[in-house]
Amino acid sequence: MASVIHIMERYEAGSGLKKALELSRTEVIRQIRESGIRGRGGAGFPTAVKWNLCAAAQSPKKFLVCNADEGEPGTFKDRLLLTERPEALLDGITLGGYAIGAKLGVIYLRAEYAYMKPGLEAALAARREAKLLGKKVLGKDFEFDIEIRMGAGAYVCGEETALIESLEGSRGEPRNRPPYPVNTGLVGAPTSVNNVETLIACAHIMAKGPEWFRKHGTDVSTGSKLLSVSGDCAKPGVYEVAFGTTVSDILKLVGGEGAKAVQVGGASGRTVPAKQFGRKLGFEDLATGGSVIVIGPQRDMLDVAENFLDFFVEESCGQCTPCREGNPKLLEGVLLLKRGKCSVGYLRELQNLGRTMQVASKCGLGQSSANAFLDITEHFRSEILGRVPATKE
Amino acid sequence: MLATERESLRHEIAEMAEKYEHKRDGMMPILEAIQEKYRCVSDFAMQEVARQLGVFPTEVYGVVSFYSFLSTEPRGKFAIRLCRTLSCDFAGKKEVARQLENELGVKFGGTTPDGLFSLEYCNCLGMCDHGPAMLVNNDVYTEVSPELVSEILEKYRRMFGPASQLEEAEAHHG
Repeated sequence: MASVIHIMERYEAGSGLKKALELSRTEVIRQIRESGIRGRGGAGFPTAVKWNLCAAAQSPKKFLVCNADEGEPGTFKDRLLLTERPEALLDGITLGGYAIGAKLGVIYLRAEYAYMKPGLEAALAARREAKLLGKKVLGKDFEFDIEIRMGAGAYVCGEETALIESLEGSRGEPRNRPPYPVNTGLVGAPTSVNNVETLIACAHIMAKGPEWFRKHGTDVSTGSKLLSVSGDCAKPGVYEVAFGTTVSDILKLVGGEGAKAVQVGGASGRTVPAKQFGRKLGFEDLATGGSVIVIGPQRDMLDVAENFLDFFVEESCGQCTPCREGNPKLLEGVLLLKRGKCSVGYLRELQNLGRTMQVASKCGLGQSSANAFLDITEHFRSEILGRVPATKE
Repeated sequence: MLATERESLRHEIAEMAEKYEHKRDGMMPILEAIQEKYRCVSDFAMQEVARQLGVFPTEVYGVVSFYSFLSTEPRGKFAIRLCRTLSCDFAGKKEVARQLENELGVKFGGTTPDGLFSLEYCNCLGMCDHGPAMLVNNDVYTEVSPELVSEILEKYRRMFGPASQLEEAEAHHG
């Protein structure tokens, strides 16, 4: 299976929006449901369900928030979309706002992408001029505008409730759920938070119909996925592939055949060892926000684990104990392994700690921060245990 | 801080707060604007923001200390942030880091004595296909090599450092 060009197709400004505004809100959501699209940020929640819940909520004020806080290590597909496909994105935000009954869309742009802001502001100004935003969008009885808000450098703000906290002027600490943002979101109003890629896909779906979208992918994971490929490969960059593509197909595509492991889904994702390269991308197997880091045979897997754990120690918001205290413990364990000072018994305890963090942490960050540690200590036992002097398992 | 500087900062904060109707959700844009202009959010600024938005100063401190792009201590005029994520690491981040420290004479986390550069690590910049990557304020640099480091720094020194003052003086007299 090779790469496809699907949601990276050229997009004519306003085309999806025009079609959407001719339909009722329910019909827009029905078409999105028909497409089977699930959130592209990684969690894979069905977009139509989110929009429907938000549309059904009773409130004079609602918001559509575009999550452009692309912070997962190894992910850069939104960088490409924000700079090369802004029209499709702004269409997606606007028609999403129409579907849920919002008057304001907010783009939460990460601080690291501040250089993109002037371009996006210019695109917004052009759309106001072209009546694609404003009091009467395309002459219809629909008022909508889009505002850009900047993040300030916090990975956890990619989590939707932390993002909302940040927009409200607080520390980006995730909230307890329920209540979900679709009921109680930004300033207490129903809010739909959607990924950049999801909103662009929705614009295409409205323009070309749900059938067009289902052309690629599997039954559970419809459509295609943008991958951000980096690391030890000949051709790093953004690729679009159909869901269901295997890891080894991707490696062939990017010139990374010799890899000993592939990190799928970034620091919070899974470390896939060579013997599992037949696994498929998709919500049924390897769910991913799109980050693919190729790890060549020359790399030390403990370096990989240390890099990710350093990251989580720094980015943990500190709110819940498993994540705040667990990550430093795992990092300490990796350093012990590196020095050959970790017994197998202690390693087992650390693995139990990691599994506890997966179930006991409050948000996605803590729940996934032990993934790489657990995968590496399971699949690369010989490599990491080789440094333990004379212990028996 | 001079009394006149305080007064102008107070005025700026009041103006921004007005724009956001003194609502709490104006906090981030206001803090980001202060950080950009003054390179930090000082105690005085935090108190003023709190007063204008009707929250406790500790809450403002909580926000400032949470986000890595906000700081209570002044950063350099040019804040250098080197990406420390795995792909940039694979691409040779360590060597670039070493050379940055050599050229600037400060360690990571430090600021040069002339206040021109501060040096720190940051997490993924989304430039993983062109690593190693770094930001200097909002400018992004990719495929940075140790030998490029001094060139990049020189560019900023020329903009604002003593050299530029010298050039200005020469232009003036010439």
